[in-house]
Amino acid sequence: MLEIKNLHAGAASKPILRGINLRVRAGEVHAIMGPNGSGKSTLAHVLSGRETYGVTAGEVIYEGKNLLEMSPEERAQEGIFLAFQYPVEIPGVSTTYVLKAALNAVRKHRGLEELDAMDFLALVKEKMKLVEMDQELLNRSINDGFSGGEKKRNEIFQMAVLDPKLAILDETDSGLDIDALKIVAGGVNALRSEERAMIVITHYQRLLNYIVPDFVHVLYDGRIVKSGGKDLAEELEAKGYDWVKEGGKAAPEASA
Amino acid sequence: MNQAVAEKDHYLSVFDRSEQGGAGPPWVRPLRHEAISRFAVLGFPTTKDEEWKYTSVSPILQFPFRPAPPPSEEGAAIAAVERATAIDLPPDRLVFVNGHYAPKLSSVRGVRERLKALSLRDAFGAAPDSLKPHLARYADYRAHAFVALNTAFMVDGAYLHVPVTVVEAYFGAPDTVYFTNGVTEIVAGEGAVVDHYKLVQESDAAFHVATQQARLERNANFVSHLILLGGGLVRNDVNAVLDGEGVECALNGLFLAADDQHVDSHTRIDHVKPHGCSRELYKGILNGKARGVFSGKIYVHKSAPKTDAKQTNKNLLLSEQALIDTKPQLEIHNNDVKCTHGSTIGQLDQDALFYLRARGIGLEEARELLTHAFASEIIRGIKVAAIRDQLDRTVRTSLGNQFRAKERGS
Ligand SMILES: Nc1ncnc2c1ncn2[C@@H]1O[C@H](COP(=O)(O)OP(=O)(O)OP(=O)(O)O)[C@@H](O)[C@H]1O
Ligand SMILES: [Mg+2]
Repeated sequence: MLEIKNLHAGAASKPILRGINLRVRAGEVHAIMGPNGSGKSTLAHVLSGRETYGVTAGEVIYEGKNLLEMSPEERAQEGIFLAFQYPVEIPGVSTTYVLKAALNAVRKHRGLEELDAMDFLALVKEKMKLVEMDQELLNRSINDGFSGGEKKRNEIFQMAVLDPKLAILDETDSGLDIDALKIVAGGVNALRSEERAMIVITHYQRLLNYIVPDFVHVLYDGRIVKSGGKDLAEELEAKGYDWVKEGGKAAPEASA
Repeated sequence: MNQAVAEKDHYLSVFDRSEQGGAGPPWVRPLRHEAISRFAVLGFPTTKDEEWKYTSVSPILQFPFRPAPPPSEEGAAIAAVERATAIDLPPDRLVFVNGHYAPKLSSVRGVRERLKALSLRDAFGAAPDSLKPHLARYADYRAHAFVALNTAFMVDGAYLHVPVTVVEAYFGAPDTVYFTNGVTEIVAGEGAVVDHYKLVQESDAAFHVATQQARLERNANFVSHLILLGGGLVRNDVNAVLDGEGVECALNGLFLAADDQHVDSHTRIDHVKPHGCSRELYKGILNGKARGVFSGKIYVHKSAPKTDAKQTNKNLLLSEQALIDTKPQLEIHNNDVKCTHGSTIGQLDQDALFYLRARGIGLEEARELLTHAFASEIIRGIKVAAIRDQLDRTVRTSLGNQFRAKERGS
């Protein structure tokens, strides 16, 4: 579904991603871990088309197409969803309004008719249950004055409504209390399917107890320095990042 | 002879030829004469005049306008306007075509008997004495050329006595060149509650210069909403004098300008008596090569301790060529007051734009959505649901036209 080859990207002439290789197939869940500032969010944003970041080398193929040529909205319409680490507050626009516009844009792209008000409401009601989302929140300005946990829940709720093929969750667990974490993880798990792939960015093994990944990658200083199964997360939790830094330094030599 | 002088002479000679037939009781005649003599002295303002620094009236002087005659067929005129706008006419209304009262299009069933709503012409006949202490007593034709011009040439108008909510709306057939020169005088007596709305959706080739002058007495509550959407050159002044203790006054404004439009919005709030509270929020949205001006003055007189005044002006620039001049001013002559003001100029929030696009919403639609959200702060402040919904639709339509026109053009 997604193939990232030797991806280099940066912002304001500062290199951030320095040769990412990653292959994600339908149905798989990949976890990406790594210390602060290692480039996890940058990778998520580059995959979603954020223009702030310039790609300096490499390529990304999504479903056989050159992803890097597409606008952010085209990528979303083609089924890529980013759950933001920091969901943006937009005063004056409700979540319901955004979702309706988004859903109709996606449907239009797929050659489907716009959803009428009744069907839209029914869909929203169904997905609200998934993450125990409060109706009152949906009518408020999106993310505006939401608590940290409410924002994250809102992201997963939107994902559920938009039904993406590839979901990228950027630290969806941070800021969640233990009950909310279980609810959100439950929602994510309910959305796992053979057709859908997920990239789950997190700092904590805790989340991966609930959303069990097929693969775990460690991002360090703009490169994936270690990949493994779900056990890798436990090992990281026990040994810390110093342990992979050694590997991080070894990697360029190995590839040189 | 320069154009300003030539045009001034043009209006003076039109006055000489038309004044004899001017409507109204005997006391109106000297008023007109005084107004035209003041106009003769003042002449048209120039950009050297501080109050007209950013707005040149020379485009208006290109055309020798005359007072517009009543339309031969009211229906045709209004149909043209209805086609151009998305307005549902309210049940009680005074409709003016070319500035002349159009009785067939108007409807004042419920209110007429109680002398609440009349055309000025009818009021001249029915209640000349109740008009006399008010007409042209608040908006100062001695100081302002356009007010003087309006006073000299007034043939008709609306006279409303003790209304609670008033909507003034201006429309014109698209692409026609004309000049609206309006004056609204509002007196809110002791404890009165007045909600005033003004919507300007003139043709993009038209000129609109107008003043709303409000005198607010003890414990009055006055809210003014100004929505400027259309017009080639628009200059609007809202002035409120808090001339009694405990007055509450709110001025809200929204202007939307695109292409070559020039929209200049002036406000002035005079706190004359103690314990007055004023809140002002003006928002401007500029696209294309449009030029906007906000100039807001809060003047706290020495006689107005315990004044509480807050003024905010926020502007959104949607294109690189659009320009806004903003001039918030506080002038305070009493120490025992609470006053703040602030103004901002910004572009659309890039993070918000990306957030919406990452959900699949196209760039232009996302921009439109965020622009509407910016405008909606003003719309949401409208208490009357029917007016709020109508104005929201109108603003949405206007924004939609702008963004779609841009898409077609690019
Ligand atoms: N727009 C930008 N301009 C300049 N530098 C940037 C920009 N965005 C990110 N960076 C820098 O790139 C590096 C990687 O940032 P990124 O947000 O991708 O890290 P992260 O792995 O997601 O960190 P965290 O775990 O703290 O969320 C950081 O040093 C950051 O300061
Ligand atoms: Mg991050």
